[in-house]
Amino acid sequence: MTMLPKREPTARKMGLVIDLDTCVGCHACAVNCKEWNTGGEAGILPDYDKYGANPDGVWFNRIHSYESGSGESSRTVNFPRSCLHCENPLCVTVCPTGASFKRAEDGIVLIDTDICIGCKLCSWACPYGAREFDEDNGVMRKCTLCIDRIYDESRPPAEREPACVATCPAKARHFGDLADPDSKVSKLVKERGGTDLLPELGYRPTNKYLPPRRAQIPTAPRESAGSGGRGIGTALLKLLDKALSR
Amino acid sequence: MTSQSVAYTTCYMCACRCGIKVHLEDGRLRYIEGNRNHPINRGVLCAKGSAGIMTAISPARLTAPLKRTGPRGSGSFETISWEEALGMLTERLAAVRASDPSRLALYTGRDQSQALTGHFARMFGTINYAAHGGFCSVNMAAAGLYSLGGAFWEFGEPDWEHARLFLLFGVAEDHDSNPIKLGLARLKARGAKIVSFNPVRTGYSAIADEFVPVTPGTDGLLVLSLIHCLLESGHIDTEFLVRYTNAHHLVIEEPGSAEHGLIARDAEGRELAFDRARGALAAASATGIDPALAGTYALPDGRHARPAFALLAERYSDPAYAPEAVAERCGVPAATIRRLAAEMAEVAFNQPVRLDQPWTDSAGRRHSHMLGRPVAIHAMRGISAHSNGFHSCRAIHVLQMLLGAVDTPGSWRYKSPYPKPIPGNGPPGRPPRAPGEPLDATPLGYPTRPEELLVDEAGEPLRLDRAFSWEAPLAVHGLMHMVIARAFEAGPEKIDTLFLFMSNMAWNSAMNPGETTRMLSACDEEGRYRIPFVVVADAFASETVAYADLVLPDTTYLERYDCISLLDRPIGSAHGPADAIRVPVLKPERDVRPFQDVLIELAGRLGLPDFADAQGHPLYESYADYIVRHQRGPGIGPLAGFRGADGTAIGRGEPNPDQLRRYIDNGGFWVHHLPPEQLYFKYANQAYLTGARDMGLIGSNAPIVLQLYSEPLQRFRLAAEGHGPRVPPPRLRERVRTYFDPLPIWYLPLEQALTDRQRYPLHAITQRPMAMYHSWGSHNAWLRQILPENRIYLHRELAAELGIADEDWVWVDSRNGRVKCRARTMEGVNRNTVWTWNAIGKRAGAWALKRDAPEFRRGFLLNHVISEFLPASGGEPPHSNSDPVTGQAAWFDLTVRIERCAPDTPDETAPRPGANPLRIRRAEETDV
Repeated sequence: MTMLPKREPTARKMGLVIDLDTCVGCHACAVNCKEWNTGGEAGILPDYDKYGANPDGVWFNRIHSYESGSGESSRTVNFPRSCLHCENPLCVTVCPTGASFKRAEDGIVLIDTDICIGCKLCSWACPYGAREFDEDNGVMRKCTLCIDRIYDESRPPAEREPACVATCPAKARHFGDLADPDSKVSKLVKERGGTDLLPELGYRPTNKYLPPRRAQIPTAPRESAGSGGRGIGTALLKLLDKALSR
Repeated sequence: MTSQSVAYTTCYMCACRCGIKVHLEDGRLRYIEGNRNHPINRGVLCAKGSAGIMTAISPARLTAPLKRTGPRGSGSFETISWEEALGMLTERLAAVRASDPSRLALYTGRDQSQALTGHFARMFGTINYAAHGGFCSVNMAAAGLYSLGGAFWEFGEPDWEHARLFLLFGVAEDHDSNPIKLGLARLKARGAKIVSFNPVRTGYSAIADEFVPVTPGTDGLLVLSLIHCLLESGHIDTEFLVRYTNAHHLVIEEPGSAEHGLIARDAEGRELAFDRARGALAAASATGIDPALAGTYALPDGRHARPAFALLAERYSDPAYAPEAVAERCGVPAATIRRLAAEMAEVAFNQPVRLDQPWTDSAGRRHSHMLGRPVAIHAMRGISAHSNGFHSCRAIHVLQMLLGAVDTPGSWRYKSPYPKPIPGNGPPGRPPRAPGEPLDATPLGYPTRPEELLVDEAGEPLRLDRAFSWEAPLAVHGLMHMVIARAFEAGPEKIDTLFLFMSNMAWNSAMNPGETTRMLSACDEEGRYRIPFVVVADAFASETVAYADLVLPDTTYLERYDCISLLDRPIGSAHGPADAIRVPVLKPERDVRPFQDVLIELAGRLGLPDFADAQGHPLYESYADYIVRHQRGPGIGPLAGFRGADGTAIGRGEPNPDQLRRYIDNGGFWVHHLPPEQLYFKYANQAYLTGARDMGLIGSNAPIVLQLYSEPLQRFRLAAEGHGPRVPPPRLRERVRTYFDPLPIWYLPLEQALTDRQRYPLHAITQRPMAMYHSWGSHNAWLRQILPENRIYLHRELAAELGIADEDWVWVDSRNGRVKCRARTMEGVNRNTVWTWNAIGKRAGAWALKRDAPEFRRGFLLNHVISEFLPASGGEPPHSNSDPVTGQAAWFDLTVRIERCAPDTPDETAPRPGANPLRIRRAEETDV
């Protein structure tokens, strides 16, 4: 068992807000995440059978496209999935060694791979499937919220954001402090009705998802289908009668 | 301690051309991210760009020049030196050039250096040159350039900041991969409505506010029906029409005469209109007149003429275009069509965008503000890849003009350097009078009259691919999908060297790859190849490499200089012209050379004009040298920025020896921001037109009149009716007469009209996944984890009818053959359409993938069931499977039938051509 830290009332809750209204499912976030992390402090994210029968590997972020509903009401949803940095992360509390831990100061859930024994209890405890096992090193891996970017003071402040957020071409990913009601991300959640994923499970995810919207253009009631007449209609004739100036 | 560095260059994982910031650690790639200052991507980067690091270390990279040692297609090669490779090619091409230069056919694929490759072809003296536009986007380019002097494709963009209604036709992903995504996010943030007309709900369609699952090939009919509704309700911007289009130009009505359908002109050659204010004819370009858009008027010579708009209004007001009449064919309810037309009218006329920005029109009148119609449209492959795509795209442009929604606030806008005079930069170059001379113009041009076609005295094609002939008169990008079939047909008399760059013509870029590879390796009775010599230049071991006699290994995009030129496919935006360079970030550890360097060396060795001096000494030592010093016209070179001795000239200026350094210091690109008064109405904006002329973007600052009515098309039609010095051969007359209508028409895609639809009732189309769109290397180790095998997708109800369940193996049959694949059912697809991801299936042995890779075993190409020829009809040789106006490859005209395979079918796709991996004997005699 690993204990969760006692959260100070002023502590930050860093996380992502993901906009399902604009995510086009392009996988940019997933690939840029892999690229950043595989060469960075997180260490190599292995690829297995790179050019063979079962190409696979460790990804901190994966995109699923699925359809919901049927007929007129059906729609396609592109759903990026990564660690939600829950407030009640059972993936931490089940860890027998303390390798899986939640930071007190910002709520980020991390793995200390030096003391991970690869028992996989945490991945069984995560209902979101956000943890991936590193077969090459026998340890568990997961999203770090790019902790090596967001606190790197050698980067300009505007660039201290996770790779997935920086690279997202549809600007569907937002990063910030969800404990601060005045932060950009908190406001987005409030304005757009951001929701938790599977709230009934009680993990209290930090990351939020903004639901799809449907813009509409109200128009005046239309005339019934066509006059059925031939030739140019009266509305157009009236328009063509008007004087013009070239 | 590691050494870290950063370099700025341009991505080439697809055609989008984003700026990238490349991080190196001890000289090795560490990380690639978007360049935040770059005008295209503003810091974002897609999946492909982020996977560039794996392409740079791909095991499929070619490593040395190769000479074929076994039969063509066997994959047996030996490595040779560059000296031997270039020597062999120079000798061969010198002989070709000395006898008949058109026996060199140079075809390039996803290339961004056509300003160079086209110039090479011109100086060599061959008309047989094209790039991949003919199987991608020529319908869009041609329809746009002949109508607006700009085009959707890469030549325009929606006004993301002001549009309130955005219509996407046949676009799930596009060339402008990242700019469109950035723009959609901005539209969404402002609450604009996005409507996607597409048979398949993927990509952008998934986030559209309304998805309209139109039947493939019927978009043009749907658009003409929208026009019908707007005419019916009188929602037409007549002020816009008479100011900026030829709607009021008088069209001669004298059926049977040589001038019927042409624009009436006065003695000075000025187009005429009827001025209602004075009750007399007037020059259509005159200001202050009240031009008639309806009625019939007598010309001074007694003939009669009608405003172009009157012809248009009469045609589309016909009940044949009413929503109720087209709904079933389009697969869209009439009520939906009527509602969408009403929404367009509402936004255009009740919610105009007003910018308090004064500007001056080309007549010198000052306007206090800019008023725009915030209906923006973008269209691409779903329109383009049909044999009726040219007219469908023109229908969309006509719709834009009727709404007054062209380059106004909130509408579609030109990207610099467009607009250009309609229809473009002059006719295609003609063959030289004698070998050794260059063509008189670049090989790809814009014919406006029959005399400019490339045909012989009998009216038969001069070009191998039959571009610019009566079979495809406006084939402004050539017909790359036909070149192998036509070269095979013509044989050694017409073709010696087929030189392909960066195009997988023996596989996923071929219609009918089985037949294409047979033609590539076919011999005559004496064992000589029907296509005598095949050269392939590429960075990777694609399926096509095995069919080369000589392989010229290219570098990856991170290992060379390049320029993204205004002379080619520019990266300018509505905000102003821009261009960019690539710089070598990595040093190749292989015996490879940048293709452009090789072409320049070859041109120097051949002593081509513009590449060698009068004594035959090469003028340029490399592409980088050429980029800086070459001048296409006085002061005009490949790069427009930092010109002149001090680097301050833009567009036009003396070559600047320090130019590349200036680009590098600027992050690899150059951009010129137009002042606010030049940002809209560019076709008639005096300050813009004058500035663009001074920069060398256009030749004159005369206003560009939008072509609602296309007189050039009518000229070809008149020829088909027997008028003029050059007429089509009798067998093609009816075809040209039919398809060269000066107003948009809709017709059933040609293949469908010739196919038994009872037998093949379903439409079949393809697309590429976002993570691989336009990507040269879906074998990439990361990208293939996302999608290593494809499925055929069909509607759930259709699947239920056919007894097909998810993951079942099915046969997809067409008139051209059958392919076996696995099915997946879905909801968001037109009920009568099946589709799949293209270019996932690969041929065993290619791309350095292992023999059991899913791309070989279960990945499939729909190409196997597509033919490059239409069914023969009327006893004539079959036509190519192309648009009859532009020669655009009609990939999406395909119709199929689908059925479940027997339960015991093996767990693999069919057909599976035998494996032909490269077997390369090294010069040092070791087998690899």
